[in-house]
Amino acid sequence: MNKWENNRAWLLTVPVLVIVAFSSIIPLMTVVNYSVQDIFGPGQSLFVGTEMYKNVLRDARLHEALWRQFLFSGLVLLIEIPLGIALALAMPKKGWGVSFSLVVMALPLLIPWNTIGSIWIIFVRPDIGLFGAFVNNVLGIGFDHTARPLDAWITTLLMEIWHWTPLVALLAYAGLRAIPEVYYQAAKIDGASPWATFRYIQLPKMRGVLTIAVLLRFMDSFLIYAEPFVLTGGGPGNSTTFLSIYLVKLALGQFDLGTAGAFSLIYFLIIEILCFVFYQVLKNVGKGTGT
Amino acid sequence: MILDWMYWTKPTAIFFTALFLVLAAMTVWQTLAPSVPRRGFLPLVTTPGTRLFIGIITAIFIHLAWLGLTDLSLWIVFPFAVGWIVLVMIWG
Repeated sequence: MNKWENNRAWLLTVPVLVIVAFSSIIPLMTVVNYSVQDIFGPGQSLFVGTEMYKNVLRDARLHEALWRQFLFSGLVLLIEIPLGIALALAMPKKGWGVSFSLVVMALPLLIPWNTIGSIWIIFVRPDIGLFGAFVNNVLGIGFDHTARPLDAWITTLLMEIWHWTPLVALLAYAGLRAIPEVYYQAAKIDGASPWATFRYIQLPKMRGVLTIAVLLRFMDSFLIYAEPFVLTGGGPGNSTTFLSIYLVKLALGQFDLGTAGAFSLIYFLIIEILCFVFYQVLKNVGKGTGT
Repeated sequence: MILDWMYWTKPTAIFFTALFLVLAAMTVWQTLAPSVPRRGFLPLVTTPGTRLFIGIITAIFIHLAWLGLTDLSLWIVFPFAVGWIVLVMIWG
């Protein structure tokens, strides 16, 4: 047997490699270069070694932003994934309802991200907002996302869930539709309960799309910027200052490129390692159970 | 120079050159002797490429932890981090 396989097909990936090099690898290398220097202006920089990393790693506000980010992403995953699956299970399987529900579900995904923030600012305003006025005046609960950290968190979470649960639902729906009818027939013959059908047929068969959903939702929620920036600007106080908002404050507000570079790289490494762990865990879930 | 805008420094240039050389060497190694996924002390089945990735990423985190928690020179922890990468590559 010829040990040397024909590998010329790999040449087809060259355009992708070139694009990735220019869009990701070269900028990333530049950020690494920034992170070891203090940059004063074009062409003026001073090599400072690991000083920036030391500053970033000991920055108490950064630690707070990091824990806030983990809490936010954790809550987002805990709510959006089960809710998305539930929505997908409830969506019609045939008839005109399919197209209708798909379009309705996709609507929040089509709105530009900064517009989402503006929509929710108006929606939760205590005087004229539908939600804000209802909660304040009808339910009699004081709700103001600009004054109370908890209210700001609830609003940001609601906005995120409203915006992105449809993506999880659409992915889960696609996964559900791909299950052949024979599985359900077999389950029916065995007298499986709806829960058993879900647990042993639907959930394992959705593993692939749910892996993608979890990874996408984790990365996006961990990198969230535009919506909370427009909605709360990171406030009240620092209560909704997530990592990317703090990063932009450092990089653009204070033009501290070295610190921002070191910060970005640590941020990148955290995301990379968590995605690797998620991917490995989800890839191995259910192995050895015959699914 | 054409690469001026990237603000290259000697240490980062050495770092990236070393990284690309290691990746190139791994590619040659994989071509000459295709790897077989196996299970070592890490809780997952790995190929040499995965082990290199895990080794480098954890080595970076070891350096970061050293920077964040102590004021001592990074050169003290460097041999341990490299040793960790070798350990993961061989028995991981």
